[in-house]
Amino acid sequence: MADITEPPRESFRLSQLLYDARYRSLTIQVVAAILIMLLLVELVDNTVTNLAALGKDIGFGFLWTTAGYDINQQIIPFSSQDTHARAALVGMLNTLLVAFLGCILATVIGVFAGVLRLSKNWLVARIMTVYVEAMRNTPLLIWIYIVYAVMTEATPQPRDFREGGSASMYLWDSVAITNRGVYIPEPLWGAGSGVVVAVFLLSLLGIFALRRYARRLQEKTGQQLPVLWISLGLFFVPAILAHFVMGRPITLEYPELGGFNFDGGIQVRNSFIALWLALSLYTSAFIAEIVRAGILAVSKGQTEAAFALGIQPNRTMQLIILPQALRVIVPPLISQYLNLTKNSSLAIAVGYMDVRSTLGGITINQTGRELEGMLLLGLFYLVTSLVISALMNVYNSSVKLKER
Amino acid sequence: MSEAHAHSVAYVRDTMLPQAAPPPGETGPLRWMRENLFSSIPNAALTLLSIYFIYTILAAILPWMLGGIWDAGSLTECRAIRDERGLETAACWAVINERWLQLLFGFYPIDSPLLARLFYADELAAAGGMEAVFGAGSNATARIEFVAQMRADLGNLVVFFFGYWRPLLALALLVVAVAPVLYSSLPRKMLVFSLAYPFVAVFLLWGGTIWGPMLVALGILLSLGVLRVVAGETNALLGMLAGILVALMIFLNPLAFTDLGLFPLLPHVKAMLDSALPLGLPAIDSADFGGFMLAIIIGTSGIVLSLPLGILLALGRQSSMPLIKWVCVSFIEVIRGVPLIVWLFTASLLLNYFLPPGTDFDLLLRVIIMVTLFASAYIAEVVRGGLAALPKGQYEAADSLGLDYWKSMRLIVLPQALKISIPGIVNTFIGLFKDTTLVVFIGLRDPLGLVNAIRATGEWNGIYWELYVFVGLMFFIFCFFMSRYSMYLERKLATDRR
Amino acid sequence: MKKTAFLGTLAVAGLAASIASAQSTLEQVQDAGVLRCGSNEGLAGFAAPDANGVWSGFDVSLCRAIATAVLGDPQAVEFVPLTSQTRFTALAAGEVDVLVRNSTWTFSRDTDLGLDFKGVNYYDGQGFMVNSDLGVASATELDGATVCIQTGTSTELNLADFFRVNNMSYEPVPVATNAEGQQQYLAGACDVYTTDVSGLAATRATFENQADHVILPEIVSKEPLGPVVRHGDNLWGDIVYWTLHGLIAAEEYGVTSANVMELASAPTANPEINRMLGTEGELGAMISLSNDWLVNVIAAVGNYGEIFEQNIGENTPVGLARGLNAQWTDGGLLYAPPFR
Repeated sequence: MADITEPPRESFRLSQLLYDARYRSLTIQVVAAILIMLLLVELVDNTVTNLAALGKDIGFGFLWTTAGYDINQQIIPFSSQDTHARAALVGMLNTLLVAFLGCILATVIGVFAGVLRLSKNWLVARIMTVYVEAMRNTPLLIWIYIVYAVMTEATPQPRDFREGGSASMYLWDSVAITNRGVYIPEPLWGAGSGVVVAVFLLSLLGIFALRRYARRLQEKTGQQLPVLWISLGLFFVPAILAHFVMGRPITLEYPELGGFNFDGGIQVRNSFIALWLALSLYTSAFIAEIVRAGILAVSKGQTEAAFALGIQPNRTMQLIILPQALRVIVPPLISQYLNLTKNSSLAIAVGYMDVRSTLGGITINQTGRELEGMLLLGLFYLVTSLVISALMNVYNSSVKLKER
Repeated sequence: MSEAHAHSVAYVRDTMLPQAAPPPGETGPLRWMRENLFSSIPNAALTLLSIYFIYTILAAILPWMLGGIWDAGSLTECRAIRDERGLETAACWAVINERWLQLLFGFYPIDSPLLARLFYADELAAAGGMEAVFGAGSNATARIEFVAQMRADLGNLVVFFFGYWRPLLALALLVVAVAPVLYSSLPRKMLVFSLAYPFVAVFLLWGGTIWGPMLVALGILLSLGVLRVVAGETNALLGMLAGILVALMIFLNPLAFTDLGLFPLLPHVKAMLDSALPLGLPAIDSADFGGFMLAIIIGTSGIVLSLPLGILLALGRQSSMPLIKWVCVSFIEVIRGVPLIVWLFTASLLLNYFLPPGTDFDLLLRVIIMVTLFASAYIAEVVRGGLAALPKGQYEAADSLGLDYWKSMRLIVLPQALKISIPGIVNTFIGLFKDTTLVVFIGLRDPLGLVNAIRATGEWNGIYWELYVFVGLMFFIFCFFMSRYSMYLERKLATDRR
Repeated sequence: MKKTAFLGTLAVAGLAASIASAQSTLEQVQDAGVLRCGSNEGLAGFAAPDANGVWSGFDVSLCRAIATAVLGDPQAVEFVPLTSQTRFTALAAGEVDVLVRNSTWTFSRDTDLGLDFKGVNYYDGQGFMVNSDLGVASATELDGATVCIQTGTSTELNLADFFRVNNMSYEPVPVATNAEGQQQYLAGACDVYTTDVSGLAATRATFENQADHVILPEIVSKEPLGPVVRHGDNLWGDIVYWTLHGLIAAEEYGVTSANVMELASAPTANPEINRMLGTEGELGAMISLSNDWLVNVIAAVGNYGEIFEQNIGENTPVGLARGLNAQWTDGGLLYAPPFR
């Protein structure tokens, strides 16, 4: 049967570019590519023309000039004589700090509220419903204003802490809550404190190893170790022992009332707390809904099956319900984390010096470099978002249902 | 059997016992309370804690709220009245009483000629009649004094209903236009009005000559008509090209370098019609828009305009062509990865740089453009969800019927996918509506911007909570009912699919 | 298909917006019949709206004066609210014709940003306000204080400089608006509120207990506030400059809104007044305006002194003394060039 003739080799005709499904997609893509290029060229050309008309150029040299302004919250040291680039970096760190802590607090409150919404206690469930609805249906910006105002109005001024004043410090005079922020003791690392820290880190490693060992042991023999108690012991005892053995190298510096403010200690600024709380409260309402939906999504039969097998209620939650609920919870949770990070740009409302206030605010204002500043700002948020979603996607694929 | 029993036992009841009332602890509120509030000791503790919590909050807020002062001309007067009444705290609601119209509409001018004609005829005659007060050559200062007096005499309610009839009518028509999209039981013919609504709304809100919006609508119809005819005669791609060409000739100048002065056609026709038959409403500048009206305008136009773009992006993201897919994915991710406030600053500071030299959009328009692009990325993700939720058989069925890509999308896939996406779209709208508060940072007079302006006046400087509570409450009411509605839709759609 | 609709609306909107780069600003304003004036979102005494949406204030009056000069109608102004962040970009991009928004005249703004400052309508300086309980008498005693400051303004840089030069430390609390700063300061979240002295006085005017707050004597910066126009349109710049200085000169020569009509009806004994009011010479025509332009302006808004007294003077809640803003004949800095 070798006489099957090859199909006649078609010569390529131009009309195939339009009518032949094999080539048409190529045509469309080429046309699209040309259009997009034209659009980009047009945009760049317009920008250059417009900037030239205003007598401006494009350049990032402004980043290396003196900033001239001060930033109150600095994770890395900064003074008004440093450069705009360093100011931007300080702002970025501040953004990341509030976003990171916000995600943690929002998750905690969100899980709490989500579980309580399902509570059998009618009153508690109702309160949580009101909380969730109020948060979800009012703009975040208004919440930020309100939380900030409550923080400013409801807490005492540093002046009130003076002799005969109306306010006093908490926890044996170590913590002061004022309307400028919360002052907490600052640990001072004396000589030898490195050993204490090393011991502490080692005991953390020990806890980790213990948990692995306990799990192996249980899988092999079914014997359960009192992991929690041993872990707690490991967490505290070696570090405290080392502390005393080394002659108490770590001391605390307490905040004290100075001329105008408290001096010493660590000041957690009000603007930070207000933004942090408002972001967390707002996002937690969304997380609560996600958690509730996740728990409801696990069918009741699973719980009943677990009870039928004689598994204790807390272990049912831990081993049966949560792993299944997490699969439903994690993907929308990621987008809530992303939202929170992006929403932290509302820091402008409370005067928290995040990257939008430093690079995207004062720097642009002082140098007149809107284009470059906004470009860098957009790039920062974009990279942050992509990194967060990449990290969370890795986690998500680890809890995903393993299909075999 | 019963026979046997009858003989073997001493007593058998042959009638039913009357139903006894359950024990007192097992009925009514008592039982409900025991089951729902005090079922166990921790539960009871939780309940008591909750009651205490509610009490503290109400005790702090209620006296302030209910003891509020409604009738005062300034914050100082409010404080005087409060001290006179011997109250510890009292809200000064007088500021809302005086300024609520401003919070709703910003500085949108009222239709004072209409008000004067309807309710103020005598005073108008006394002031010299319509022409003397509102005519072209009339004295502006005198007119402003007349209007201020009229507003004071008529009261805010009359001004609300008759002075602001244009935005109110636009809002009412919006409900009519959205109804057939949300309720599938309404006649499909109403969709024609939904499509026409954007042009009606633009005319009502901005005013000016009626020919502008009308001609834009006609131009779009014409382009689409050419597209269909050419596509029917030859093929889809050529049709699309022809349609785009016609649209270019009407709206933009495809031969910019030739400088014939003939294209685009639209302004010429508009000028002709306008001189032949000048019809229209007084034009109102975007800078006067404000308050909740502004939030609704930005939110609604953002969602409505972003729908077509979002659908295209969603389809592009699913495309088998790598370039198209790549472009759509990067657009969506870039938009979603950057906060809205950065985009708004871009709109305010940079958008004019990107446009051809000489074009000068006003700020509101630039914000709407930016919000549209922003929302389209989110809508694209919602629609993508809808597309993914559709069973694969639907796509295959469309293919096996021999429908081409656009036909299968238009007739089979999108109608179903969009229906599933409606709750998501409503949720996106709620999010966008809340986010319109951010425009305060670029100087638009949204409710929060007006709060700042009101707090800057001599009378109300120093007021805080009342304004924020009012604005927050308004947002809450609006968003709460929208979200309830979207939940209802979700439930309805869920049963539909079963 | 829908996309073409979208582009179409865009294009039409673009057409509807003025494509007028070839026109001079004066022609644009006269064509539009309205002056677009970049203004504050709200600052007591300088710009604030009443319940009917009518704006008034010290800066607002200057806008109205320019509108009267160009269009003959003090109400033909559209106030475009600009934040401290967006104001210069908006002016440069042509969204407003003139910016009257407490903007400080600095070298880089005048040169690098492509703008022109046209005179000074208020000589200000940055000062500090503190609660009198603190017992602070001088700004040099503020070491370690917490300072509320509006972000995005030149005051931010002055503050940093002042504390650095005096070797003192401070804690800045940035706030977005004056109202926000006022609230923070009153609640005691900062010890010191710093902004232009006029702003401090305006803020203090609204306090319940004004006597508890003192404005410290130190003025740490020069803040000449004035109207700003785009660089390059000299005719428009001249109009803004001479309208402002017409108001100042009118006060100097005793021309007020009450007597301007009378003075303009016939030449007076003072040739300077005659030239200003157009009864002698052709000054108005030199800036493409009618000869009696200044008459209309003064009749509509009053002279500089009247505007000052009405909006921020000692009899208003803001209660500012004339100070530097008195006429040069009274020891102030206001000095209008001759109308000749």
